[in-house]
Amino acid sequence: MNISITQNGTETTVALEGRLDTSTAPELEAKLDTIPDDVMALNFDFGELRYVSSAGLRLLLASQKKMNSRGGKMVIRKPNEFIMEVFEATGFSDILTIENA
Amino acid sequence: MKELSIDAEIKNTRLATEFVDELLEEHNCNLKAQTQIDIAIDEIFSNIARYAYAPDTGTVRIVAEITENPKSVKITLIDSGVPYNPLEATEPDITLSAEEREIGGLGIYMVRKTMDNIIYEYKDGQNILSIVKNI
Repeated sequence: MNISITQNGTETTVALEGRLDTSTAPELEAKLDTIPDDVMALNFDFGELRYVSSAGLRLLLASQKKMNSRGGKMVIRKPNEFIMEVFEATGFSDILTIENA
Repeated sequence: MKELSIDAEIKNTRLATEFVDELLEEHNCNLKAQTQIDIAIDEIFSNIARYAYAPDTGTVRIVAEITENPKSVKITLIDSGVPYNPLEATEPDITLSAEEREIGGLGIYMVRKTMDNIIYEYKDGQNILSIVKNI
């Protein structure tokens, strides 16, 4: 998986490419831990992401909780149909903010 | 039929998905089924790697075969660790809010929702878990 992080003031965009699963989640977790505490907008760009397993869902849930607790906003952008099915099957579509544009 | 025996370690999870991908690609499996199978292998293998032999380690044998009419793939994961039937795991409550949510059980829940059949057997000291998916 390729991870690219763009920081713009208090807005962070994390673009992922490949598979977010057991093998790649630890690397993403380490990178997410480096995001400053004052970030109020966290965007995930899933445009090039193939799929997400529960190891990835765990990180998304942790990030969502973190943003909720500081009154920030987290958005998942452009998930493919397979990722959307995972979000819907697990109820994550009710927890996450998802934008397809 | 293809077979792979590897150490039950988290770092080998990618080897398990790649082994299955190779077979699926040979058989022109559609991308949706392949994605669901990749996720299933990721969930099952990582579960075995974390719990089956802890704190020691052991081996996982993966057997994959294609059958016709209907065309399907059957993948069996065999370990000699502690007996564990994932089909008896309690289903997660997927209606809770982010704050109340826990992640435990979600992986096997996804496997159950996406596979056409899951068979578990404990025999001769081995956990034998098969997933079947029409492709």
